[in-house]
Amino acid sequence: MIEARLLTKVFHDRKRGEVRGADAVSFSVGPGTIYGLLGANGAGKTTTLRMLATLLRPTSGTATVAGFDVAREPDKVRAAVGFLATTTALYDRLTAREMVAYFGRLHGMAEAALRARIALLADQLDMHEFLDRRCEKLSSGMKQKTSIARMLVHDPQVMIFDEPTLGLDVMAARAIVRFVRDCRERGKTVIYSTHVMSEAEKLCDRVGIIHAGSIRAEGTVAELKARTGERDLEEAFVRIVAPEAAP
Amino acid sequence: MNTRSIGTIYAKELRDLLRDRRTLISTIVIPTFVMPLIIIGFGKVTAMVITKAREEIPRVMMVGGADSPRVRGELEKSGKFRIEPASADWKGLISDKRIRAAVEIPAGFERALEAGSAPAVTLYTYQGEIKSSIAVDQLDAFFTSLRDRTTARLLAARGLPATVARPFEVKRVNVAAPEKVGGNLFGGLVPYFIIFLCLAGAMYPAMDLTAGEKERGTMETLLCCPAARTDIVLGKFLMVLTGSLGAVVLSLISMGATVAVAGNFLGAGGVAPAGLAISIDPLGILGVLAMVIPVAVLFSALLFTIALFAKSFKEAQSYLTPLMFVVILPAMAAMLPGVELNTRLALVPILNVSLVSKEMLSGVWHWGFIAMIFGSTALYAAVALGVAVMMFRREEVIFRT
Repeated sequence: MIEARLLTKVFHDRKRGEVRGADAVSFSVGPGTIYGLLGANGAGKTTTLRMLATLLRPTSGTATVAGFDVAREPDKVRAAVGFLATTTALYDRLTAREMVAYFGRLHGMAEAALRARIALLADQLDMHEFLDRRCEKLSSGMKQKTSIARMLVHDPQVMIFDEPTLGLDVMAARAIVRFVRDCRERGKTVIYSTHVMSEAEKLCDRVGIIHAGSIRAEGTVAELKARTGERDLEEAFVRIVAPEAAP
Repeated sequence: MNTRSIGTIYAKELRDLLRDRRTLISTIVIPTFVMPLIIIGFGKVTAMVITKAREEIPRVMMVGGADSPRVRGELEKSGKFRIEPASADWKGLISDKRIRAAVEIPAGFERALEAGSAPAVTLYTYQGEIKSSIAVDQLDAFFTSLRDRTTARLLAARGLPATVARPFEVKRVNVAAPEKVGGNLFGGLVPYFIIFLCLAGAMYPAMDLTAGEKERGTMETLLCCPAARTDIVLGKFLMVLTGSLGAVVLSLISMGATVAVAGNFLGAGGVAPAGLAISIDPLGILGVLAMVIPVAVLFSALLFTIALFAKSFKEAQSYLTPLMFVVILPAMAAMLPGVELNTRLALVPILNVSLVSKEMLSGVWHWGFIAMIFGSTALYAAVALGVAVMMFRREEVIFRT
């Protein structure tokens, strides 16, 4: 459902010159699979995911999402994808219900179907208590649930999570992790970027370790540990991205 | 172009902005309520100050004139002045506002007057100071009357009628309709205000819907939806345009109500010739509003594009504030005497609309110029909107860090 081939993004920076945000990134993710993109801050996770969500155009390389090309059919890709990142905030002055409904309408949903979908999501995410409260008044956990409802309103086949637990307390983070796992059970194609190794170990079927814009290693968590001879994913990660820093 | 997406985005932006206290204050409360209150308050205070100044009996000083007791006596008897004892520092006293004016009567004035010719009387005043101006006007009127009476007396002594010195009178009669008088008086001012409001009304929504969204992190959320970028721009642009035209319409309604409530406020302010009824042609106002629509589109697209480039609300403010001056200058230029509409000026944005509005408010409808100005402004507006869409598609603008 997601196929990235040599995906590259070059930025032009006045001070630093040409910067490769993503450099020939290739991977594929099938339905019912969670693919973890692991990397430190600035490694290229967000750039890669933004290209898959069609927010950025690749400088070179190709990617198809749900069968649509990200460069040629961006509108169709966006209709098939749910994207959640730390940078996808909520409208403070709208209520949680209005927020979700707004995005449902932008996805072309009919009003009756939208009402039913919001009711279902509110049940699944336990949102009834705050559904008609303005987003500015919500706690971090409530906001994240609203964001997830916004992301799921059109029932996308592909879900892209960019560090979804960043800044959340333990309970809220656990709820997100549980929810992502449920998505896999429902056959969704999931990409999950994080720099929290424990989350990746718990969730991901396959992991790609990204560093300085390129994928340095890929495989299951067990394969990566075996390849580096480490018992811990964090140690395996360090050995892959900075062998000189490994003990 | 998907009208449903555009409508959805517009409806959401409208709801969002109407819930924002800052928007309500800047685009609705201030133009609708605060501006008229300021105008009425300012008008009342001005009227009070002028009335009080006119009611005051001014302290004036007579310099010299010891040998002209009759003039002094008449001045005192008129009841219009309080004559202060002479002082060597009379110029300083005027500057310090302790006396309002002084009159210097040359030596031998009365005697020379009896003979038929007297040297000049000099009036001293504090130019620009209202109470001093009133005092010196009254002194001027007193001595003019004295001169007229002397002339009449001298003529009578020679057996001649007073009409010898004033064989005919000159009268002025206004033939222009009150609307035309109003148009000439306010023709430059009204479009200036409307153009200014047009810009001011668009400013806050333009910043909030672009740089504000970037700053709050909602722009990326919106870009995840399948709505075409052009539809997003159009939905947001329509909201900015609503802010612009809304501010104009609300202000005009409120100003109209203010003028009606304040009665002859405009006449009382001293701008209208005495005794002349003035009004502004409603058809002219409608014409100005029609001409302002493409200007509002131009401003909305321009502000949207500039604010879109900014990373934060504050940065957008620093870009847009200087634009106020750029826009005000051509709008003000139309008020300058001698700046008349011609083919060349009809292509200068803002100035052209100001000039043609001035004409329309005076009841002059140059249809050729009107079509040319409407067309050229609409063209500029379309180009600006095209640039806005183009900029919105550029990732280095949307994701500028």
